[in-house]
Amino acid sequence: MSAIKLTIDGQEIEVAPGTTILEAARQLGIDIPTFCHDPELPPNGACRICVVEVEKARALVASCVAPVGPDMVVHTESERGVKARKNNLSLMLANHPLDCITCEKTGECKLQDYCYRYGVASTEFEGEVKNLPYDDTNEFFLRDMNKCILCGICVGKDQLVVGAGAIDFSKRGFTTNVSPGFEDPIEESSCVFCGMCIDNCPVGALIPKYVTGKGRPWQTESVPAVCPYCSLGCNINLHVKDNEVIGVSPVMESPVNRGHLCVQGKFGWDFVHSGDRVTAPMVKTNGVFVEVSWEEALDYIVDNIKEIQSRYGADALMGLSSPKISNEESYLFQKLVRSLGTNNVDSYSKHCHASAVDGMMDAFGNAATTNSINEVAATGAVLVIGSNPAESHPILDYRVREAARNGAELIIATPDTIGLVDVSTAYLPLKEGTEVALLNAMANVIISEGLHDQDFVDKRTEGFAELKKAVDQYSPAYAAGITGLGEEEIRSAARAYASAEKAVIVSDACAGEYIGGADFVRALANLAMLTGNVGKEATGVYVPYGENNLQGMTDMGVLPNIATGYQHLKEKAVRDKFSKAWGVEISETPGMTVAEAFAGGKNTSIKAMYIMGENPVTCGGGSPEVVDYLNNLEFLVVQDIFMTETAALADVVLPQAAFAEKLGTYTNTERRVQLSQPALEPPGEVFPDWAVLVELAEWLGFEWDYAGPEEIFEEIASLTPDYSGISYQRLAEEGLQWPCPDADHPGTKFLHEEEFSRGKGLLSAVAYKPEALPVKGGHAAVSTTGAYPVCQCLSESLSKRSVIKAFKQAALSGS
Amino acid sequence: MSSEAEVAAVNQDIDLSQVDSIIEPYLGRKEMVIPILQKVQEHFGYLPRPAMEHVSRRMRIPLSRLYGVTTFYAQFKLKPRGRNIIRVCKGTACHIQGSPKISERIEEILDVESGDTTEDLRFTLEEVACIGCCALAPVIMINDDPHGRLTPDKVKDILESYE
Repeated sequence: MSAIKLTIDGQEIEVAPGTTILEAARQLGIDIPTFCHDPELPPNGACRICVVEVEKARALVASCVAPVGPDMVVHTESERGVKARKNNLSLMLANHPLDCITCEKTGECKLQDYCYRYGVASTEFEGEVKNLPYDDTNEFFLRDMNKCILCGICVGKDQLVVGAGAIDFSKRGFTTNVSPGFEDPIEESSCVFCGMCIDNCPVGALIPKYVTGKGRPWQTESVPAVCPYCSLGCNINLHVKDNEVIGVSPVMESPVNRGHLCVQGKFGWDFVHSGDRVTAPMVKTNGVFVEVSWEEALDYIVDNIKEIQSRYGADALMGLSSPKISNEESYLFQKLVRSLGTNNVDSYSKHCHASAVDGMMDAFGNAATTNSINEVAATGAVLVIGSNPAESHPILDYRVREAARNGAELIIATPDTIGLVDVSTAYLPLKEGTEVALLNAMANVIISEGLHDQDFVDKRTEGFAELKKAVDQYSPAYAAGITGLGEEEIRSAARAYASAEKAVIVSDACAGEYIGGADFVRALANLAMLTGNVGKEATGVYVPYGENNLQGMTDMGVLPNIATGYQHLKEKAVRDKFSKAWGVEISETPGMTVAEAFAGGKNTSIKAMYIMGENPVTCGGGSPEVVDYLNNLEFLVVQDIFMTETAALADVVLPQAAFAEKLGTYTNTERRVQLSQPALEPPGEVFPDWAVLVELAEWLGFEWDYAGPEEIFEEIASLTPDYSGISYQRLAEEGLQWPCPDADHPGTKFLHEEEFSRGKGLLSAVAYKPEALPVKGGHAAVSTTGAYPVCQCLSESLSKRSVIKAFKQAALSGS
Repeated sequence: MSSEAEVAAVNQDIDLSQVDSIIEPYLGRKEMVIPILQKVQEHFGYLPRPAMEHVSRRMRIPLSRLYGVTTFYAQFKLKPRGRNIIRVCKGTACHIQGSPKISERIEEILDVESGDTTEDLRFTLEEVACIGCCALAPVIMINDDPHGRLTPDKVKDILESYE
């Protein structure tokens, strides 16, 4: 259809048919007021503040719902339109408390702004006003429904975007309200406290508690940062006043979270200001930690490292880094360990994801989630299995819901009835741990009914014959017996996934931990490759990691035998490249994994460990073996923001800066490298980790000279082909997804387009193993998809110093 | 016993298997929520909260949404209703003939406000816009019986004739 030409306020514009007058006006930079309009919600047209005058039209039209017409002439600020708006505002003021002097929303209240714009100082209508009680029941925010103007945006975000279903319009006429069912307190509703109602409320009806009395919007600085919790890496703005974060808002134009957040990003940052922070280096003397100067601490560390190095050799040293610290810091950490002459560098927490990593590596040659987070919304079918994204990666859950709203088939195969079942087209409540049997049966149906993409299978993959043979026995009838599902359910799920033009599988890297490990992920990859659903936009296999920078940490070579960008150190050329760049000799001896090291028990060859921002004691489930192992070491340095269970065992504890206190980049699970700005001065004697590592390296005799994180990043880019086109200058504009080989490369939205990282994708014969369920100590372990919000064990150490603690405990107790 | 405690006590005895058999034919059809709620109300005489929560769980419709629907439409009642329903006509003719005084007297005798039910569940008092027999103004209906040409002093005897 051809474009439609119209005139708005004397300016001509051509837009696509179906465009609303409001959208057309916005394209011209004309600001029409709105209250109830939100671009991602269905058009509402309720508040009438956006009315405009259209020549030849009898009445004023609501521009947010009225489509443009050919040769339309629109006046957005005509006398008649403005009069209607003033009347509208006056009616709103008639039933709105005018306590703007103390209202927290002052300065960013749309009602206030429009009254100012149109000179509406008071109401001309006197009458009954609402007198509703405050809802002050929860930890996070206040609800004052007397201020609500009933725009309905909070209801839309809650019901459609998030799917929490906590609030809706209730009653009617003058008593219409937005409330939980039976007007229960919000605390007792199904609210998940994502805070998106607050972020989008045009008035002061919803106010986060932390902000109360702390400062006006124009007094605070807004600092762009990356959320420190899960691996989606949402973009947030930290609102800072007097070296204190007093609030967080989502970045509305973010390519990752598009203005969305979850409870962690919105409310989980208060640990930064916790009184429990470690604020100075400490050395354990006679079993008691004593605060010392940095010089004393570094001196003590260097003496011990050198002593152990000379007595046992460099391979007696090991460094464990954290998926919570920045790329620059991860890079320096492994550089420091390798400069000492050993490849013993790893991370404890990444081992929960080891099975998923193995499965993805085997199938595709790259462990990363294949496609970008937002592509999910544009797909034709979604299979959710081994995951409840609402709990592990809420923004991904929102995207799955968006796909369903856009008409995608949504197949949920989880033992628990997760929230997404509400909007699913098929729900397969399979028995715990039988996922592989279901996936094999789906492959069986797809192959036997000829629904697979033969062309893709022939050209892009290998192993089809073996797979075909292996899934032959997994008839729907056979799998039905294992999974407890109906045969027809299995068949129609397979057909729905395979028949969609584009289809996505959403799982979780943690799933490999409890569902038969790597075979589960291989079976996911099989389905995707069989149907040609990988290497194209809006397709792929999503196994997002837990922690915010797990992708970046492994990209940076915090792996025993692999340097940055997965360059393998068994290759002499790679060792030579890094030896030359760093001016040290990279050891040929393969490094130990953390599992190998801890398996050594009392006879471990590791004598000294430097643990940066990790808490193996709780991460390892508080096992006494881990505590014994760490106690058995001759020398243990722990660097953390809190005195964790692991830090308590250390000889030296160094303070660590929190994410809000340092500049650096983080790489999310869609390989997007993002810049996070410092918002605060760190407390006490705390310095960013990169600065501590540089100092320590110098004390150890290495000549490191970095002015700051940007120079460190330049070094990373120069040594890492996938990162070589990325720079701070480019990142200041927007995050970039690797591979990004040169400065003009736009980044890579999805992987495996031309060929797989391993060449041909590998279809694997995998078998359902009932014994895959871990059974230990006589107790049968039952695996489920249920994780409580903030499942990552490292986040635990953050969130238990946060208001989120109360929320998590409530979630755990099932209330 | 307070009215809320009364509701809670009544709610304890809700037999959810009845709700299940009402829902069964409609499972997966969220658009049928109004007929479902109507049938549940027909069964219990009102919409007990446990029954609403059960509909919410089985139909996978948020409770907030069900509450929105049931508080929007006047036909839905969230509180138990009395054995006898008093409808006081608030039409123009009745108003002129003194219906406010009739309402006042009923409220006084039963100690109940319009829209509510007596604690012994004997009466529910409601107001209606017009009963349609203005010649009898002021008029009330109790169940299906009209009582016309009322004066406040006639009210007590009429109420006493209902158990």
